[in-house]
Amino acid sequence: MTQRVRFYQTGTFTIGNRLLDPEKRTVQATQERSNSLTSGHRACQGCGEALGARYAVDAAMRACGDNLVCVNATGCLEVFSTPYPESSWQVPWIHSLFGNAPAVASGVAAALRARGKSATRVIAQGGDGGTVDIGFGCLSGMFERNDDVLYICYDNEAYMNTGVQRSSRTPPGARTATTQAVGEHPGNSFNQGKNPALIAMAHEIPYVATASVADLHDLEDKITRAMSISGARYVHIHVPCPLGWGAQPCETIKLARLAVETGLFPLYEAVDGEIVKATPIRSQRPVAEYLGPQRRLAHVMKDEEALAAIQAMADRNIRRFNLLKTDAEA
Amino acid sequence: MLKQIEGSRAVAEAVALARPQVISAYPITPQTHIVEDLSAIVKRGGLGACEFVNVESEFAALSCVIGASAAGARAYTATASQGLLFMAEAVYNASGMGFPIVMTVGNRAIGAPINIWNDHSDSMSMADSGWIQLHAETNQEAVDLHIIAFRLAEQLSVPVMVCMDGFILTHAYERVDIHTQAQVDAYLPPFEPVQMLDPDEPVTMGAMVGPEAFMEVRYLSHHKQLQALEVIPQLVDEFRAQFGRSSGAMVAPYRTDNAQTVVVALGSVNGTIKDVVDDMRAQGACIGSVKIGAFRPFPLAQIREALAGASRVIVVEKDLALGLGGIVASNVRMALRGLPTPVYTIIAGLGGRPIPKASLHKAFDGAMRDEIEDPLFLDLDHKVIDRELARMKEKRRSGPIAENILREMGLVGHKLG
Amino acid sequence: MDKPFAITLDIGTSLANHTGSWRTQRPVYIHRLPPCNDACPAGENVQGWLQRAEEGDYEGAWRVLVRDNPMPGVHGRVCYHPCENACNRGQIDTTVGIHAVERFLGDEALKKGWVTEPAPETGKRIAIIGAGPSGLSAAWHLRLMGHEVVIFEAGPMAGGMMRFGIPKYRLPRDILDGEIKRITGLGVDIRLNEKIENIEKLLKSDGYNAVFVAIGAHLARRTEIPARDAGRILDAVSVLEDVEAGAPPPLLGRRVIVYGGGNTALDTARTAKRLGAKEALIVYRRNREQMPAHEFEMEEALEEGVMVKWLSTIKEIDHDTFKIEKMQLDEKGWPQPTGEFEEIEADTLILALGQVTDSGFLQKLDGVEFDRNGVVKVDERMMTGYRGVFAGGDMVPAERTVTNATGHGKQAARHINAYVNGETWQPGERHELAGFEYINKWYYTDAPHSVQGVLDMARRQSSFHEVVQGLDETNALYEARRCLSCGNCFECDNCYGMCPDNAVKKLGPSKGFAFDYDFCKGCGLCATECPCGAIRMEPEPE
Repeated sequence: MTQRVRFYQTGTFTIGNRLLDPEKRTVQATQERSNSLTSGHRACQGCGEALGARYAVDAAMRACGDNLVCVNATGCLEVFSTPYPESSWQVPWIHSLFGNAPAVASGVAAALRARGKSATRVIAQGGDGGTVDIGFGCLSGMFERNDDVLYICYDNEAYMNTGVQRSSRTPPGARTATTQAVGEHPGNSFNQGKNPALIAMAHEIPYVATASVADLHDLEDKITRAMSISGARYVHIHVPCPLGWGAQPCETIKLARLAVETGLFPLYEAVDGEIVKATPIRSQRPVAEYLGPQRRLAHVMKDEEALAAIQAMADRNIRRFNLLKTDAEA
Repeated sequence: MLKQIEGSRAVAEAVALARPQVISAYPITPQTHIVEDLSAIVKRGGLGACEFVNVESEFAALSCVIGASAAGARAYTATASQGLLFMAEAVYNASGMGFPIVMTVGNRAIGAPINIWNDHSDSMSMADSGWIQLHAETNQEAVDLHIIAFRLAEQLSVPVMVCMDGFILTHAYERVDIHTQAQVDAYLPPFEPVQMLDPDEPVTMGAMVGPEAFMEVRYLSHHKQLQALEVIPQLVDEFRAQFGRSSGAMVAPYRTDNAQTVVVALGSVNGTIKDVVDDMRAQGACIGSVKIGAFRPFPLAQIREALAGASRVIVVEKDLALGLGGIVASNVRMALRGLPTPVYTIIAGLGGRPIPKASLHKAFDGAMRDEIEDPLFLDLDHKVIDRELARMKEKRRSGPIAENILREMGLVGHKLG
Repeated sequence: MDKPFAITLDIGTSLANHTGSWRTQRPVYIHRLPPCNDACPAGENVQGWLQRAEEGDYEGAWRVLVRDNPMPGVHGRVCYHPCENACNRGQIDTTVGIHAVERFLGDEALKKGWVTEPAPETGKRIAIIGAGPSGLSAAWHLRLMGHEVVIFEAGPMAGGMMRFGIPKYRLPRDILDGEIKRITGLGVDIRLNEKIENIEKLLKSDGYNAVFVAIGAHLARRTEIPARDAGRILDAVSVLEDVEAGAPPPLLGRRVIVYGGGNTALDTARTAKRLGAKEALIVYRRNREQMPAHEFEMEEALEEGVMVKWLSTIKEIDHDTFKIEKMQLDEKGWPQPTGEFEEIEADTLILALGQVTDSGFLQKLDGVEFDRNGVVKVDERMMTGYRGVFAGGDMVPAERTVTNATGHGKQAARHINAYVNGETWQPGERHELAGFEYINKWYYTDAPHSVQGVLDMARRQSSFHEVVQGLDETNALYEARRCLSCGNCFECDNCYGMCPDNAVKKLGPSKGFAFDYDFCKGCGLCATECPCGAIRMEPEPE
């Protein structure tokens, strides 16, 4: 009796795998990776955004043969990477303002086209505040015009750079400096906020995806796919913030993974406004497992109603994006 | 080539002759005709690979040209009024980062109350943003200034705002000499950026600068403005040599010989002022005028020199620093500091209020007798003001001022009840 | 490029900012002892050779393997694989089939003729008494060290209990012969039918520098059962030996009782079936949980139709009638008689009650001490009371398995090598055990244990063909790749990839990684996300 070899047992979910064909390994596993965001930056210990940015930009660099220009919104990523006189970037990079990165990127793309340099690709990036709140008008405009820009949002679910204030990506119940854990309904309100990936899809742009720092293979695949397409593209990456979430710096990846495995952060991709693929949950976890290690959500653990509401959100995502596929479907 | 043409369309043609590579704009009255024509020129292929990006706001428009300039393209935008305020953050950003963007401002009042007509409140609000600010007196000058502006911006790596009065210039048809492409090409070399986003030579643009270097960065921006004081006259001379026309002077005196009274102003109102000067000279008055062509950098020395012989100065300006008075007048006083010359301020034409020769004549007469309020609000309806002030005194919650005034004046009273 | 002051910066300049100064704890790469390696009686670097096998480098894997054990073909078949009992993967799905991969490697080596070369000659001479697993193992290691090795074997064939105690259907003889041949191929001289009586002479006049005695334990232990008219009573060791030596098969009759609960009892019962007995019944005084035989062998025996009477002793024999007393376990788990009896008929009784060692000849040596049953006492260097005489395998106190004996051979070789060089061998310090708590199981794909093919029932009951089949290459590779690499880096790149500060340097294939403490902020992500527990966070030195 011979069994079908379905998996590589070691390395399938790790960054690298010496057993995989080199072209199937992640960019991060290679010694040749760009390290677009290099050492010496001033991100906090265990920063998910620093990690996510290197993952994404390195993948984009490989996808375009290092012919890349990068536009950055104001925010943690910008501040910790470029305080005079030191820059951590190793790619052509510009920061203009908090809310205009998509428009600046549109201008860069237009200039490159006008100068006959369309082989040079453009990405823009920002945090959830810069992207989903203050920069959303510019982002929508960039989408609507279908400008040749890949926009990457690093979502850490609040304004971390200014001291952890609520953003439209702050999850319900979460404590921030402007949604304190006091009063009858502590933390952030329920039934508010917005989902930029779905809004991006409503623009029917060629490519939209959500990704997580906990699943590098998936993330790199999505960036690579996005880079193979022209026009406006959007990738939304979930990046835990140990400081803002009140979590251990060593648990950044673990929390990102739990966000995916609970269903609270569904991973999917959409082409021309239609979902074409959802990454199935491998081992479903209850939301309490995700909330527990985060001080910003500690009070929710004591509130059965709030806990049930958050579980219901996760369940809805699982249903809506069909995240519990059977083996055959996967 | 001489054309009977609307000011906006003439400016559009001039901008096109400068061969911009990226144009991005958001429509706002009275800037619309400029960008409409440019969009048509681009669409027709008249500008080769030039990209015209229709954006969703002025903030995006200027941001887009910031990106384009950073990526090595000659970039242009135009706006006015609220639009300029909406892009304010990017205005400072463009100059702080030294991008040689050229932007036309079709000068217009700022609300509330919303008003689409001409005054200088908009460009004045951005006067200290680090942009060079040139003011056109005529449409011919507006056309010429745009050519000079690109050259100046790129030579100094600093953005330049060309201000032209909304409607008075933008929508006025008159004879304008439109340059040939060869002439412009000879004057304006292709854009060679000092810094650029380039994968072959990556740099980090837009660093965060702390207290240890911020003062120096600001000083260097100021220094660029001071450099412009030297560069602008050179470019104006070169322009005269190339095009045979004098345009763009930072300071242009008119009949100031032996003038005891000199009137100072920006923009198109200088035409009216010159007529009044002519009339008053004909009547024997020792009066002249000085047009300021560059509000930033402010040519302190040249103005002081131009006004050296005057025993009084009258500044006519289309703006108001609320709670202070005249903005231009304050600047002129700085040019004259240490001298006993009185500087009178006439606030005129706010929100498009006509500035008739007669009113100016009367005001200048008063000033020459040193019998003038300072500041003088030209043609202000004191009856309306007095009634409204009285009513406000009576009743604390007296309703919106603008509406009340209109009701008082019987203009919309029957509609508003 | 003419960069404006302060606003525009040169790329990569933050390398001047050494963020390592933030650190209060630092990650260090460590090695923890994999449970398989820990459990292996032969001291194999199981994880080490699995790692090579994972890459498809079977020869490399074999070479790592035979550094510790010269007979993977044999062990892949007969070892009771304590490694697998310890394997952490068992807590995720099922344990890695280590024995099956080992067997695959052993068979590949024989097929491909892989050999290894001894070190330069040392001029030292070692005599080994007994060509069983322990003696053969010691010979291999000592020969590889460059010593001259002579094995004196009293019997007609080399292999000891591997040949005479384990039936062919579990260990085909071509495999055993092939692996012995590889040992002799190194230059080990095996002198068959040469029984040594005088060890002193070897040392004093025959020029040997040391002697390793590994004669095993092959005398059947007897028991006294009142018998009125005993029918055929045989001992298991003799039955198995006769079958191996090709003697005419003993006449066992229709029904055979095997008395005992060890692996030999099972081997004997299964052999009896193959020799024509219709029924083979094992009688054992304890229950299944307590029997020393291994569970998988019990399973195979039951599948072949072997029957068992648990908690039973043979009280009396009257010709072909056996009086069986039922036992029950007391609180301590000891079997106690119940006084309940039953009678069963059988043609033959085979006793499989264990073996004792025939160590009489050592009694002539001064200082050699013995335990009960003739077991020889040795010190921590495996040396007997007589200087230069070492002993190991079944004849010293230890669990009596082929693998254990093989391990003794290796240990003895190290001690002997040190002894002949006037030194003492000290084992290296053992690393902390890589327990399951160090495994980040998320990173391992769920993958069930490969199932080795089995011959169909009918065939295996009537012949001595090998029962359990081996893995083919695909399966072996698959199985090897199920290894978690507990406690030791397998270059998954997690630390390298997941460091938000690029503070892990990748040194290249098989060279591992190094922390760049100039930039490491000590967040501990690498240690948390290391799948196999090869990184530890330590307080930053002050």
